[in-house]
Amino acid sequence: MSDTHAQTVPFVRDTMLPPAEPPIREAGAVRWLRENLFSGPVNTVLTILGILIVWFLVSHFWDWFAHSIWNAGSLSECRQIIAETWGEGARGACWAVIRERWNQYVYGFYPPELYWRPTMAFGLLFVALAPVLFSEAAQIRRIVLGLAALMTLWLMVMLDAPALWLAFAAVVFLGALLVSERHPAWLLVFSILYPLMGVWFLWGGSAWGPIMVLVGPVLGWIAWRVMHPFSSLAAIVAALVIPVLWWIGYAGEAARDAESIVSFSIPAVTSDRFGGFLLSVTIGVSGIALSLPLGIVLALARRSDMFLVKSLAVIFIEFIRGVPLIALLFVASLLLNYFLPPGTNFDIILRVIIMVTLFAAAYMAEVIRGGLAALPKGQYEAADALGLDYWKAQRLIVLPQALKISIPGIVSTFIGMFKDTTLVTFVGLYDPLKSMSDAVRASTSWKGIYWEPYIFVGFIFFLICFGMSRYSMYLERRLARDHR
Amino acid sequence: MTDMSAPGNPTFRPSMLIYDRRYRSMTFQVIVFILVMALAWWLVNNTVRNLAALGKDFNFSFLWSRAGYDIPQTPIPYTSDDTHFRAAVVGLLNTLIVSILGCIAATFVGIIAGVARLSNNWLIARLMTVYVEAFRNVPLLLWILIVFAIFTEVMPPPNAFRGDDPTASMILFDHVALTNRYTAIPTLAMTNDPGSLDLGARITFNWATIAFVAVLIGGWFVRRMIGAWAQRVQDQTGSRPTTWWMSLAVMTVPSLLLIWYFGLHMVPPELRGFNFTGGLNVQNGLVALWLALTLYTGAFIAEIVRAGILAVSRGQSEAAFALGLRPGRTMNLVILPQALRVIIPPLISQYLNLTKNSSLAIAVGYMDIKGTLGGTTLNQTGRELEAILLMMGVYLTLSLIISAGMNIFNSRVKLKER
Repeated sequence: MSDTHAQTVPFVRDTMLPPAEPPIREAGAVRWLRENLFSGPVNTVLTILGILIVWFLVSHFWDWFAHSIWNAGSLSECRQIIAETWGEGARGACWAVIRERWNQYVYGFYPPELYWRPTMAFGLLFVALAPVLFSEAAQIRRIVLGLAALMTLWLMVMLDAPALWLAFAAVVFLGALLVSERHPAWLLVFSILYPLMGVWFLWGGSAWGPIMVLVGPVLGWIAWRVMHPFSSLAAIVAALVIPVLWWIGYAGEAARDAESIVSFSIPAVTSDRFGGFLLSVTIGVSGIALSLPLGIVLALARRSDMFLVKSLAVIFIEFIRGVPLIALLFVASLLLNYFLPPGTNFDIILRVIIMVTLFAAAYMAEVIRGGLAALPKGQYEAADALGLDYWKAQRLIVLPQALKISIPGIVSTFIGMFKDTTLVTFVGLYDPLKSMSDAVRASTSWKGIYWEPYIFVGFIFFLICFGMSRYSMYLERRLARDHR
Repeated sequence: MTDMSAPGNPTFRPSMLIYDRRYRSMTFQVIVFILVMALAWWLVNNTVRNLAALGKDFNFSFLWSRAGYDIPQTPIPYTSDDTHFRAAVVGLLNTLIVSILGCIAATFVGIIAGVARLSNNWLIARLMTVYVEAFRNVPLLLWILIVFAIFTEVMPPPNAFRGDDPTASMILFDHVALTNRYTAIPTLAMTNDPGSLDLGARITFNWATIAFVAVLIGGWFVRRMIGAWAQRVQDQTGSRPTTWWMSLAVMTVPSLLLIWYFGLHMVPPELRGFNFTGGLNVQNGLVALWLALTLYTGAFIAEIVRAGILAVSRGQSEAAFALGLRPGRTMNLVILPQALRVIIPPLISQYLNLTKNSSLAIAVGYMDIKGTLGGTTLNQTGRELEAILLMMGVYLTLSLIISAGMNIFNSRVKLKER
């Protein structure tokens, strides 16, 4: 019956029908709206509430943003322009203050003819960071180094840097790009030299100071090579003691003598000229670079079997974590003179960096301790089974994994520390947020300007901190070794 | 520890102090001990010499001399004739006030924002993401300054509320007035005042306050007893008696009775002359600091809450539903205990951070312990060493108390491993 039926059918469709359009309520924007915004009574109420919040914010602030003025000499001039353009009673943002005072927000009271020096130091920071942060991915390394080179050189040209130093920066960038193609690890040499170089660029003065500081480890290395055949213990002690003796006893004099023989110096800039983001970045970067190793040591000490070492670490960490950073900064500015030998008076920025470092290191130690605790016990036992001694086990097996686990915590500690650099305003330094804005408001032309400087500074802090947190997410993904 | 005379053990040689693992840790600890002691001796010696050179001594007797400065907001009676010690106590109480208010409000904000960020509602989830990222990535000091500037620059002066057609109006049904000098809020008054308990040193507690606290604590204990009774009945008979109305009654009825007995009522602030009177005029420094601390810490707590909820796997609630538990009991018995275990340790450190961050009060002129003991007292007496050490000691004690208290709570909710 079926075949007769097949023969008698007058029409057989040989092409597929096009699929029917989904119902209008189940497709496209309507469906998205139904699912995401109006899926039930509660959700609908929430959506309306959200729209009201957005509407409130936009209606209150839009006209202010829309009436932005970028060219004016004073706040009253700004208000006059706004009143003329948009009518009496109109509000508007006066970004002209940023246009006129941007250099104070960025460089503080640094001599304007030397602005290129911090710029160059900041640009070279990317070269120093390259082997640590993005050495594995060649593409990203090229992009970051290339962009940093172009931006730095362009800014240095704009800031009238001398040709000699322009050439120096260009050579360093080019060299770094070429060297990193073949041997990315070689850039570590630059990373080690960078702290001294950066300090010299920022504060200036004689180049012999940093060079003589560098002589210390070289002397220690020579002592180690000489002593090693006789006794490895004596070699280690000598390698540790000789640099310290050199720094305490002779480095200063040697630098002065060398300077009197062959003068090699650039104009010195004192610490009270530092301010704005230059100060924040200086303190932030030094604090970050110093607090990570110190934090690792503290975390290992806290997990040590040695009772004394462990209790000292616990006392130090809990003490630092128990007091606010402001109190420690006041210790740096008021009490350090009591604790040091009479007559010593060293730089306030250095004191603040020390305190910020100790503060961040205590938090870092707790974060890393969490990472160490999260590592399965089998890893420690495997290291022991391989016959590795304590430091080899830590360096090759435990720390790489523990640090990887603690990346999010480490980066949020960094972010917290960078945000906390604004607190230096309370010990009389010119942070970009409070002191610098107060200084700008102190001039007659910008008296009474509040929102624009705060928004500008907040926006830059947001960019840096948000960038750091995104970088940590990228790093986590890149270092993930499981479930690939 | 080790048997020195055991066969095969070589006799002790000095080099074993370094090369033998059994003795090396001892040697190392002795060296560390000597170095730490030397450092401590060096610091103390320097301090003693510096103090001698400045002709100062190290004593705390300045705490009992006349302070001579005013504090705008004092939880306990204080005049400029009181001692520096009393000023420090006032500062400590101010720190505690802003910290406790901040912790409570930040917890509420954080829970709401954290849950809302996980909401299916696209708009709400995005709004909360913007809130969390904006507050987490900008220094707290900026938020404090901005909120304070909103109060001092945008809010109207008190006399703008005057007249038949005022330019400004009060909010929340004429109960709160935001002015550029203070925030006027209602205060509580009683028609049947029972008097106060005098603790000496001009510190008094109203009997009504004590009664309320006693009733609340008692109610809480009775509620726990009801819970235990319900559990017992459930264990014996298999069905749990309905207790929510008993708990509700135990917690509210005694308080309502007390309110009726004392005639407790609210007195809204009223404009008299140039200022608001009748209510409580809260310094704008406190309000700004509290708001900024709340919003800032709330953003961090939101992330903690979100992580805690995400950490409870979906299978847990599905299993609870499969066992026939209703959504409310699933939340109480299955999800919350597991989420709290993840949430509480970082929450403790957020409370600690908030308490320490309250020292930013100096940016808005709120006299907390940093403002009194570490500020005006320090400047007037010139005793930096004593004042700062004392202040750090106070903060340290506060932190240790908070973390000890929260650790006890944590040990009660954490996973009971066997």
